[in-house]
Amino acid sequence: MLGRTASSLFWMSRYQERALNVTRLLEVGYRGAIMSHMGQEHGTHWTFALTCAGCESGFQAKYDELALRNVTNYLIFSKDNPASVRNSLEHARNNARAVRTSITAELWEAINTTWIEFAEVNPQSITQEKLPDFMAWVIHREHLCRGAFLNTVLRDDGYCFSQMGNFVERADNTARILNTQYWVLLPDNDIIEDGSTDRFQWSAILRALSGRRSYRFAYSNGHLKAFNITEFLVLRKEMPRSLAHCYDWISDTAEDLEQFYGSSEPSLQLATDIAKELRQKQMREIYQEGLHEFLTDFIGKNNQFAQQLSEDYNFA
Amino acid sequence: MADARTFFNEMLDETGNPRTPYARLSNWLEDKPANFLSKKSRDAETIFRRLGITFAVYGAEEATERLIPFDPIPRVISAREWRRLSAGIDQRVRALNAFMHDIYHRQEILRAGRIPADLILQNEAFLPEMAGFTPARKVYAHIIGTDLVRVSENEFYVLEDNTRTPSGVSYMMENRETMMRLFPELFQMHRVAPVEQYPESLRRTLESVAPDLSKSTQTVVVLTPGIYNSAYFEHAFLADSMGVELVEGRDLFVDAGKVFMRTTRQPKQVDVIYRRIDDAFLDPLTFNPNSMLGVPGLFDAYRAGNVTICNAPGTGIADDKAIYAYVPDIIEFYTGQKPILNNVPTWNCSRPDDLAYVLDNLEEIVVKEVHGSGGYGMLIGPTASKREIAEFRKVLESNPSNYIAQPTLALSACPTHVASGVAPRHVDLRPFVLIGDRVRITPGGLTRVALKRGSLVVNSSQGGGTKDTWVLED
Repeated sequence: MLGRTASSLFWMSRYQERALNVTRLLEVGYRGAIMSHMGQEHGTHWTFALTCAGCESGFQAKYDELALRNVTNYLIFSKDNPASVRNSLEHARNNARAVRTSITAELWEAINTTWIEFAEVNPQSITQEKLPDFMAWVIHREHLCRGAFLNTVLRDDGYCFSQMGNFVERADNTARILNTQYWVLLPDNDIIEDGSTDRFQWSAILRALSGRRSYRFAYSNGHLKAFNITEFLVLRKEMPRSLAHCYDWISDTAEDLEQFYGSSEPSLQLATDIAKELRQKQMREIYQEGLHEFLTDFIGKNNQFAQQLSEDYNFA
Repeated sequence: MADARTFFNEMLDETGNPRTPYARLSNWLEDKPANFLSKKSRDAETIFRRLGITFAVYGAEEATERLIPFDPIPRVISAREWRRLSAGIDQRVRALNAFMHDIYHRQEILRAGRIPADLILQNEAFLPEMAGFTPARKVYAHIIGTDLVRVSENEFYVLEDNTRTPSGVSYMMENRETMMRLFPELFQMHRVAPVEQYPESLRRTLESVAPDLSKSTQTVVVLTPGIYNSAYFEHAFLADSMGVELVEGRDLFVDAGKVFMRTTRQPKQVDVIYRRIDDAFLDPLTFNPNSMLGVPGLFDAYRAGNVTICNAPGTGIADDKAIYAYVPDIIEFYTGQKPILNNVPTWNCSRPDDLAYVLDNLEEIVVKEVHGSGGYGMLIGPTASKREIAEFRKVLESNPSNYIAQPTLALSACPTHVASGVAPRHVDLRPFVLIGDRVRITPGGLTRVALKRGSLVVNSSQGGGTKDTWVLED
């Protein structure tokens, strides 16, 4: 396989995942904003979405007002925002097109059709009433693309590079959401009353990571607690967006690549080390060392892994 | 030659009855409700867009990826007609390859005085770098698209030989797939010769011209300029359907006279390159030094016999418009036979007598640039305005040797879906030919159709569309 092909497969999946994550953040912000009777001004919900997506300063440079239309335009449609859904879908599609020969017709059609239909939407037509359906459509399309990928592509080295792209992006997204909200996730907050802003943030975080329902199954009494929520999203392997889950996949996939090519590379060692740490750590230790420090360190290591992978396999 | 206004209708004879190959199709069409074809056309467009079967239009800001209009009514060719056509094509492509081997070696045809030497030696398409080099199996043009037009029941003319990097074969394949999805019942009613074997034939052809045939596996690649090229879809389609890598110049490098591709592991040696980039961009060390698309050192590796480039550099000499007029002589010289397919009579404007005739008859004839393609820079006398003709006259007089002229052919017409229903529209035909260990011709090819009433320009860049082309089996 060409190094350039490996790179495109990695980025194709990474951008797909990013489009999904940013849409979900907007969904959470929107939900919060329309329920702003809970004692806070709705601007905080938009700030939550923008900060978690890493788009806050870019947004402020372009817009004065934290309003639905502005946030929607910036996160979904803007050509100026590198993380916008529009740019992610276009990059995903261009990467897929560059490796058209290495992916299946089903996957290509799913990605291409998503981009074509998205590009035909006039941003002005997405009013507040239409926004929920539109966000749901983007999320469904992304699930369809992912399904087409998982159901049809050959389990070869290309599959491994795509999976790495997906899970590196997902781990980064989870870690960044937690890190921008880390103070509401400190265990001292567990004495806070129902209905407070912090409690609201907790459920927003769970929603943004599709974990609100599953949290209630993972923790038998189902009560929201900062300690449990953080453990759920960092260390619980059965949670498909947790850091531990992502790195189980990444290290297994790195091993598959090692077997496929018959040689071990530094990226495998990095992945194994990160996965091992997440397997062995206790939540208490993480809190003792400092949640913010832990998450910042993780984000750095995740980037380092992606960088090493691209060097090991000659991404062009 | 028939007048442009009376043309050969491929479906209906003079009395308005369907000709034999079209009998079933004609009946079937008559039974359909008025909006049937409109709906099918929209379905087809959705399919094409989703599959990403697009071509890029240069210079257009918006909508840089466009669809070529697809006409849902197939063109039908009988088995008997096809046998004659394919025999003529076979003869022609063999002769053209023999011609290239000759002019890059002993130049017997020039010594015999059958072609003026200057026409070859001074020609930009003649590559002195190829002199004395013999490619595998002496094949220069491995992939040819022969452009044909039909003017009567039994008269076909060859318009162009396209021996460089002919495109359109992916449309031939996808048009057929789409037709099978849209009209399964039509395929049950007709015995249509399949085209789906093309990618396998292409791969076999390419493998058969590898430099070292003793290797058990040959590494074949398709070399593309990249995703912004107008025919990128086709490059990806061909690589995908052959099961080979689609590479860009930057994915290849030359080491110790051999060509390798950069993979995720060890570099892998490449044996055959089906290149879809022009000669000038192949190798910045030998040709255009500013090329970012090519591979430095590729030409030396080629001349050292370590890799095969398909088509060979320098094949443009065989489809140069100034050489075209000599192809009947070329066929006779190398095969000793009369050409089966006719050339269109051609006036070479570099000859004073021919130029005088052309200038006197601009209203009646077609004038083309010698090196032009895609329907640009040409004059179609009968449909041009007085002013266009006057302007073209000046251009022609200032540089006559840059032009050839041909009579306006009465291109045959096929039933085509138009706003008012079904109407005849003019068509041409590009069959695809592969030359390696043997000559392989896929039955049918790409039919291009001029969608505007009366128009004779079928190029997609000028608003032409395509049709599925059926060769019926006996």
